Amino acid sequence: MAVASLLSLTSGCNKPAGETPGGYATIKVGEFASLTGKEAAFGQSSHKGTLLAIEDINAAGGVLGKKIELIYEDNRTTPGESATIVKKLITRDGVIAVLGEVASGRSLEAAPICQGNKIPMISPSSTNPKVTETGDYIFRVCFTDPFQGKLLADFAKRSIKAQKVAIISDVSAPYSVGLAQFFREPFVAGGGQIIAEQKYTGGDKDFKAQLTAIKAANPDAIFVPGYYTEAGLIAAQARQLGITVPLFGGDGWEAPELLQIGGAALEGTYYSTHFSAENQDPLIQSFVKNFRAKYNGETPDSMAALGYESAMVLIDAIKRAGTTDGPKLRDAIAATKDHVGVTGKTTIDASRNAPKAAVVITVKDGKYKHVETIQP
Amino acid sequence: MTEFIQQLINGLSIGAIYALIALGYTMVYGVLRFINFAHSDVFMVGAFAGYYLARYLPTATFLGGLLALLGAMAICALLGMTIEKLAYRPLRSRSTLTVLITAIGVSLLLQNAGQRIFGANPKSFPKLFPQQNFHPGGGLVISSDQIAVFVVTLVLLFALRHIVMKTRIGTAMRALSFNPTAAALVGINNDLVISFTFALGSSLAAAGGILYALNYPSIDPLMGTLPGLKAFVAAVLGGIGNIPGAALGGVLLGLIETLVVACGGSTYRDAVAFGVLILILLVRPSGLLGKMQTEKV
Repeated sequence: MAVASLLSLTSGCNKPAGETPGGYATIKVGEFASLTGKEAAFGQSSHKGTLLAIEDINAAGGVLGKKIELIYEDNRTTPGESATIVKKLITRDGVIAVLGEVASGRSLEAAPICQGNKIPMISPSSTNPKVTETGDYIFRVCFTDPFQGKLLADFAKRSIKAQKVAIISDVSAPYSVGLAQFFREPFVAGGGQIIAEQKYTGGDKDFKAQLTAIKAANPDAIFVPGYYTEAGLIAAQARQLGITVPLFGGDGWEAPELLQIGGAALEGTYYSTHFSAENQDPLIQSFVKNFRAKYNGETPDSMAALGYESAMVLIDAIKRAGTTDGPKLRDAIAATKDHVGVTGKTTIDASRNAPKAAVVITVKDGKYKHVETIQP
Repeated sequence: MTEFIQQLINGLSIGAIYALIALGYTMVYGVLRFINFAHSDVFMVGAFAGYYLARYLPTATFLGGLLALLGAMAICALLGMTIEKLAYRPLRSRSTLTVLITAIGVSLLLQNAGQRIFGANPKSFPKLFPQQNFHPGGGLVISSDQIAVFVVTLVLLFALRHIVMKTRIGTAMRALSFNPTAAALVGINNDLVISFTFALGSSLAAAGGILYALNYPSIDPLMGTLPGLKAFVAAVLGGIGNIPGAALGGVLLGLIETLVVACGGSTYRDAVAFGVLILILLVRPSGLLGKMQTEKV
């Protein structure tokens, strides 16, 4: 029912995979995502990746002799919604595991509920360390912000040659606050200087007052550890105010909408992320090809690749556990080692994180270009 | 100093937009004595009207931008008249509270219909006018979109003043706001005047929507809520029902907000805006330019 009503609401969403009739002959996996609302690009991308993974697995005969049924719900990018829908997924739909979310703030809402019900949760791309600190049932398949913050601090010094950096962060997003913090520490320890710190609230549209104050401080570069909606507007307004120094950010920037909102103002900006479709690895290229074939030529971004990865890591664990029983499945996910996937090798460490390489992307001539890959 | 002047420019440009929206609240209040909460969503529809009109018009030209602006104003004028006719007119004889609740209902209807029709995802608003940054010296920057805000707001304010003070329908509006029964007795068609008030207020909201979207080019169906509330505060600040008051309140609120952020209190920006509302209600309930009215028993 929920799936059916969702389908009528979200255009561009294909029929959910594994919706095979036949009662309990399927394994139910839950997914919560921001399919509509302010950060819909994240949810849509991640969901497309997850959906493709489930289809691939079902085409290959499923797992434990059963097909996978993906039950997904939309949290409309609204605070408070994720907790409700994850509760519904677990108690009403009886899912054996939960996949989601991109934004750390919304993963943090769902994590205590999964932990309390002893249902494993795998976040595809929430990078704030607190997400997996919630409990031993919460995992992620991406790197964390302490790693990302440090690599951005190094990158700012080494490649942008910035000594004085200004930060403008989103106080309403744990991701943004965390990343600002994890950038500041190594950057200052390495001799750099934070000369201005400004704040905004997610959903704001006017950043001119903050940017004018930043401009007066005359930084070498501006760090914007927020999400794409605001990052695009910040870039546009910074250029309008005559700020010419480079802007850079984290994986929250990655969405096609970034370029639509920011336009030409994004030229020469940088962000770090998880995945580059330009990587010539055969596994990645075959994923890119399949993704394009399924979604009208759309190129997968990091959120799509990690959405795909989260489902693959879960299925691999179900195979090894031989059961979908909560505690046993949890142990199997925790034991994931050198799982080869589209975002590199996934090994779950003792803190249930997955240290991985990061890539730095720049915008050149209105297109995303790969700059470098940084190993953990 | 440069920074301070730049912040004043920033504050004036957002304040001018608040002023345009506040005028709609204040005019409807002046004539009907109720707060039209759907007004902030008419503002949103204005921005979307501009977004869709821009597909059929040359973008980044003066003519195209002007046509999109006028087109959106016309569409919202029609929308405002329709809302008044369908939702508020049947309730004219009921208590103001009934109409107020209906207004909230219309607001929710527009927001949710907007999410259904336009989609809930933010859309990037096209550049309607030619883009240019002006440097008046001293490191100051004024963008052409900011200038568009000042010019359009001033032109509309003067046009509005002319309509209200110098034309027959404006005189009728003022008469109606003094005493509707007496106005009807001297032969004023109240329905027509109220309809016209809604058309006028809604077209100003549409202009505000377009100008807002030009400066902050990411639009979504819920975009009206916060600017709408701020404009409501602006209208109360200036003295609700008072047209110059609404303009003054909008500009003041924009300046206050920007200066709060400039002083490093960005997280308190909205708190200060609504704090101003509470303060005004406590100290000067009729607003800066409003007249004290004694309740007749």
